Amino acid sequence: MTDKIPIQMTVNGRVRAFTVAPQKTLLDVLRDELGLFGTKECCRVGECGACTVIVDGRTVDSCLMLAAEADGAEVTTVEGLADNGRLSALQEAFLDRGAAQCGFCVPGQLMSAQALLAHTPHPTRAQIEEGMAGNLCRCGGYERIIEAILDVADGTEP
Amino acid sequence: MNSQGVGSSPHRAGGYDRVTGLQEYVADIRLSDALEAKLVAIDCAHARIVSIDTIEAASVPGVRLVLTAADLPQPVPRFGPQASDRPVLAVDETKYHGEPVALVAAETLEAAEEAARLVRVEYEELPAIFTLADALAPSAPLVQDTSLRPNDPLAATNVFREHRVAWGDVDAVDADLVVDRSYTFPMVTHFPIEVPAFIAAPDGDGVAIWSSIQHPNWLQKILAKLLGLPLAKVRVHAPDPGGGFGGKQHAKYEPVVAFAALKTGRPVRLVLSLEETFQAMRRAACETRVRSGFKRDGTLVFQDIQANYLIGAYVDIADRVVGKGSYVGAGPYNIPAVRIVARSVLSHTMPSTAFRGFGNPQVNWAVESNLDEGALELGIDRLEIRLRNLARRGDAFIPFDTPADGDWQQTVRRAAQLIDWGKPLAPGRGRGIALGVKSGPTTGLSYSIVRLLVDGSVVVYAGTSDMGQGARTVFAQIAAEELGAPIEWVTVIMGDTLVVPYDQQTSASRSTVLMGNSILKACRSIQAQLRSMAARVHGRPESEISIDHGVIRLADRELPIVDVLKDGLGSLGGELIGTGEERKVAEAAHPLGGAPAFFEFNCTAIEAEVDGDTGDVTILRHVTVSDVGKAINPLQVKMQDEGAALQGLGHTLMEHYIFDEGGRVRNLGAIDYRIPTSMDLPHEFVSEIIENGDGPGPYGAKGMSEGALLCVAPAVAAAVRDATGAVIRDLPLTPERGWRALHG
Repeated sequence: MTDKIPIQMTVNGRVRAFTVAPQKTLLDVLRDELGLFGTKECCRVGECGACTVIVDGRTVDSCLMLAAEADGAEVTTVEGLADNGRLSALQEAFLDRGAAQCGFCVPGQLMSAQALLAHTPHPTRAQIEEGMAGNLCRCGGYERIIEAILDVADGTEP
Repeated sequence: MNSQGVGSSPHRAGGYDRVTGLQEYVADIRLSDALEAKLVAIDCAHARIVSIDTIEAASVPGVRLVLTAADLPQPVPRFGPQASDRPVLAVDETKYHGEPVALVAAETLEAAEEAARLVRVEYEELPAIFTLADALAPSAPLVQDTSLRPNDPLAATNVFREHRVAWGDVDAVDADLVVDRSYTFPMVTHFPIEVPAFIAAPDGDGVAIWSSIQHPNWLQKILAKLLGLPLAKVRVHAPDPGGGFGGKQHAKYEPVVAFAALKTGRPVRLVLSLEETFQAMRRAACETRVRSGFKRDGTLVFQDIQANYLIGAYVDIADRVVGKGSYVGAGPYNIPAVRIVARSVLSHTMPSTAFRGFGNPQVNWAVESNLDEGALELGIDRLEIRLRNLARRGDAFIPFDTPADGDWQQTVRRAAQLIDWGKPLAPGRGRGIALGVKSGPTTGLSYSIVRLLVDGSVVVYAGTSDMGQGARTVFAQIAAEELGAPIEWVTVIMGDTLVVPYDQQTSASRSTVLMGNSILKACRSIQAQLRSMAARVHGRPESEISIDHGVIRLADRELPIVDVLKDGLGSLGGELIGTGEERKVAEAAHPLGGAPAFFEFNCTAIEAEVDGDTGDVTILRHVTVSDVGKAINPLQVKMQDEGAALQGLGHTLMEHYIFDEGGRVRNLGAIDYRIPTSMDLPHEFVSEIIENGDGPGPYGAKGMSEGALLCVAPAVAAAVRDATGAVIRDLPLTPERGWRALHG
């Protein structure tokens, strides 16, 4: 067995240091080491987007990124969006627009939307459709999700 | 009316947890000292198992159990909702690619995965059938051993069952035009984003199971029987599933995980991969031949439908899907003579099961498409031909069944208006319109308990599974409306068979109607207790007291419920408890075992264009109008309607399993199996509802979660034909198919 690697990352503003086996993904570490179960696992091949998190400002399928690659990085997960239990504008908009049905894809959707709005504060509908295309929702909630993102883009900052 | 009660759209119950990542699905549950499990399958569909060598696998450090059929009680127990045909693990033979032959449980997932690779299975490939033609060939090998089908006249064939529905005499009717065509519908999969997960643990002298299951009480019955335990010793925890769509209705791998937990004396946890999920649930493929007879004026005089559904190696609920889905196959039309013959055909493929629409979309695709072909040949407008034949309220369109229970003309006319039917179109564009009707629940039994606590807050116990349809919210709205509580003061407890009373199942868009009525009755029983209380406390006769929208009305004043409650309960406090029971009894003489509680009716209209160079279909406008009786939560109705419509676009335009010659799915998993993304949305998506308060549910509601999926395919294909002249009779309408139809 290969030795574990010591790594450190800032997750939702908190510095976390631990050792990890080299084959472990960022997704494995978030769920199994840090107990952050909001980030979901589905396809494990980077196609469904359920495991999307933000690493140094960019969205990442955390099932495709080795934990060791995130050494030193700043990571935001869905648990990092609310502020002391107060929902962000995006989270509120998801509730207002009915964007959460079964809810399993929602953490990933929120992280992609968060990053999209950070890079493009006033996206067109087409930009949203393209920007969110990597996050599958089998409940078919895309129309609700897009409306929620547009609400935030038209109003305050995310 | 309570501002967040019935008819409004408060935030979804459980919404906060869903947008913060706190919602706990089965795979998020961690029990201490749990073993991780992995299934073992062989790379062959139909094989004779010669031997299974587990020695090397068992020697991997951390491995605690390698379970094969030989380690189970003999004969190996079998289970299934329709036929007890599926073994807990494959016995002697595998019947389809992906069927588990062993389960490994280990201290870590890595150890379980390594050991699973080291289980040596020696096997001999056997002849196998993967298509309807092969399964129905006279010399076809039998999928199921005849011993599993005693006294069954079809046991020597691969036809599991033939379902016949008929009225009038199809062969005696004179028609001016007969349109005789065949249509195919692909094998598609549910692809819930939450892959199924299962945990089993010894629990005192019984067992506890966690499963993302739609029917926890049905699972409890199956497990109790397999394990020889009383129901009270089988505790099924069913956290809200992350999408079900029918695929999570029935037991899959809970039994093998339960045996593993009882063998090891430790919790055992199995989370499927998406690839294993594809091999565990799918919709039946179908080939349908339709002969429609018309008069010159477009009146339908007969329909003669033969539908062959390709189900899997074990029946699961697939044969019920075939029987029920085909039963309304002739559509919502008044037709004097109808003959429907539908067969469930076994094959060496993964078991097919319930999937939103429940066997109806397959036949509806064929029948609605055939109706269009008739209209075109007769030179009659495609909307007009539908309205001419469409059943009106009260028409017994199926002569021995529930009459048409809605103003369906209104629904169709509204959809036509929204798609601008009859107005000129830009060149290269076309429109299509199609209708769908689905038989609702034919039997049902839903118990509920409602507790009105001393401060006026409410706890509802309901055994429905909230898999995204929002049942929790609707139930909270009903209780809030009836008991005068703010909706955020209502808690709905679900998903625990030792805490929550019995509910038959979460399927057939039933829960708002059946469980909703049960909760309504429980609330009304509390209202009766409140009236007695008010009579006692205020010295008035009970006949003078009424309760309406959460307010108690006396002859001379109105009082909030909570005031009467506090006075009535007195210094010790306490609570009022109401129970509800909603029962839809079986009818032995009915072909489906019961008339439907309601029909789901939908009209879908499409405007589309086709790229002549690529064959790519663009949905410019997608209109769906559903007759819902009453929308208790209009936003959730819209969510369900849009979701069903988009899932319909999946099987219409892109989704299908592709098999290789050995029965392996070539597009197994998310890379090669495409489902709709945000890029596949119609350019304009219009979802409207018709509310006439004419349903059997609370406040006149009907069930509605499947309607918008029923007729997407025929509406899209009709729009493509209208735009280009290209005729599509095989789904999915991929760019390649579209291009070939244009240039072929």
